[in-house]
Amino acid sequence: MKTIFEKSQTGKCALSIAACDVPEYRLEEGILRQEDARLPEVSEIDVVRHYTALSKRAYGVDDGFYPLGSCTMKYNPKLNEEVAALPGFTGIHPLQCPRTVQGALEVMYRLSEKLAEITGMDQVTLQPAAGAHGEYTSLQLIRAYHLDRGDTQRNKIIVPDSAHGTNPASASMAGYSIINIPSGPDGCVDLEALKAAVGKDTAALMLTNPNTVGIFEKGITQIAKIVHEAGGLLYYDGANLNAIMGTIRPGDMGYDVVHLNLHKTFSTPHGGGGPGSGPVGCKKALAKYLPGPIVVKTQEGYALSESSEKSIGRVKTFYGNFLVALRALAYIEVLGKEGIKQAAQLAVLNANYMMARLKGKFPTHSSKICMHEFVVSCEEIKKEIGVSALDFAKTMIDRNMHPPTIYFPLIVHEALMFEPTETESKATLDWACDTVLELLEEAYRDPEAFKKHPCSMPIGRPDEVTAARKPVIIFGRDSD
Amino acid sequence: MSKLKFLKSHEWYSAENNTVGISDFAQHELGDIVFVELPEVGENVEAGVAFGNVESVKAVSEIYSPVSGVVTEVNEDLQSAPELINQDAYAAWMIKVKVSSVSEELISSADYDELTKR
Repeated sequence: MKTIFEKSQTGKCALSIAACDVPEYRLEEGILRQEDARLPEVSEIDVVRHYTALSKRAYGVDDGFYPLGSCTMKYNPKLNEEVAALPGFTGIHPLQCPRTVQGALEVMYRLSEKLAEITGMDQVTLQPAAGAHGEYTSLQLIRAYHLDRGDTQRNKIIVPDSAHGTNPASASMAGYSIINIPSGPDGCVDLEALKAAVGKDTAALMLTNPNTVGIFEKGITQIAKIVHEAGGLLYYDGANLNAIMGTIRPGDMGYDVVHLNLHKTFSTPHGGGGPGSGPVGCKKALAKYLPGPIVVKTQEGYALSESSEKSIGRVKTFYGNFLVALRALAYIEVLGKEGIKQAAQLAVLNANYMMARLKGKFPTHSSKICMHEFVVSCEEIKKEIGVSALDFAKTMIDRNMHPPTIYFPLIVHEALMFEPTETESKATLDWACDTVLELLEEAYRDPEAFKKHPCSMPIGRPDEVTAARKPVIIFGRDSD
Repeated sequence: MSKLKFLKSHEWYSAENNTVGISDFAQHELGDIVFVELPEVGENVEAGVAFGNVESVKAVSEIYSPVSGVVTEVNEDLQSAPELINQDAYAAWMIKVKVSSVSEELISSADYDELTKR
């Protein structure tokens, strides 16, 4: 497929501007650009066809099954979109006087309240733009908390070896050094290793629960105690909240700070332009460090509070991705307290159903009941016939299924991590399990042919290494 | 292999050939290796400091040098065939070094085996 630049034809134009009916005015030379912007010259229909063709090559949850582990690719109700398209929300400006945007302020206030209730936190900011941004913001809060208490030696963040890669990355970006602790044989935090790792230099432990192998960390209150007794804080990576929302709250488990992914747990658009949203909640002791402003309810209505003096400062222009927050509020309001809980229960049920059907054929990482996701390993299959997790993932594409997450968590060799979510029916889950089991037979029948998938796509197997190492991200000039 | 010395970060050093590579345990943990980034001939390496990185289907990991010195040779075969490391981690040397000093952290092959036994 050609790029829009390659489709350019000199002189083509997508708009006609009315003849100028005012005297022409020429700007000063110094501020005029020296050469024309290099824009593709195409007609309106060329543009429409180009991007429609591109959109047909994309795959989203509206196209089919999308069990991408750790990403919670649940269906995004279209009602969310209707609400977010209301002119009262789209036709306002963030600099408008608060008196004139009471509805928008109420949305932010109510969502913050709901998220605080769901997570067991005292205060929430909606500013962070996505998950990793939420992690980074949380780490700034943690730093501010320790420094404000004059506790200046806490320069280490502890993460389990099963953690989401963003945890150590965010901590490192925030200037912390990382202590990696090994997981126990069941994939849970090794309490002895944690005890040995904590100390006067511990700023926090970053931990998701359920963990990345889909197991609930039963020792969580003990973990919290160990970290707190050492003077550290406990941070909740909200990536896996979908398994427990409405059932148990991070705040009650002993967590001090949480980040959430509205684009995972709360059904807002995910990836491919999202945008995301990564609100951060914290306990009272950290609330004064939150980025401001925060919406407060007063007798005269909703208002924006000034940031506290101790605030870490803004982390995003204005109020975060407001229309995304709005979609999340629509989702929460529609489901209600019981619906939220039921969604989590069905997410767990669906994952267990799939795991039970695949168990025995694929070795699962744990024999326990899983939470919202589970991990199977292709290690033995690879040893036997040379077919890897990657080969399975690529072949699923030909069967019109988005592959699960592969090669994560790092502690499982040749991992396939499935997260079906609550929005898939039993029929879809059965189809997916049948398909995966058929693929397993296909792999044993002809391993060499199996490694050639996908065959039905415009691109087979791109050179991912070169793409990552030497990315070409701009369309070059003809003369270059 | 028993003549090799190891770092706890899973690199091996052969005093016999002045070569450096990563251990069989490391290649197994990493999974299929898809890229290796190595220094150029003439560059200095320092004991305990990363001199390159290895990318697998799972992750990119730094490779730490067991020795200090100057790189005299780089295993160019690994550029086009990084899977050689998966096939035989002790034959797939990465760099050859004119050694000025070796890391004090080096441990024997037997101790390394003990360390990586799970």
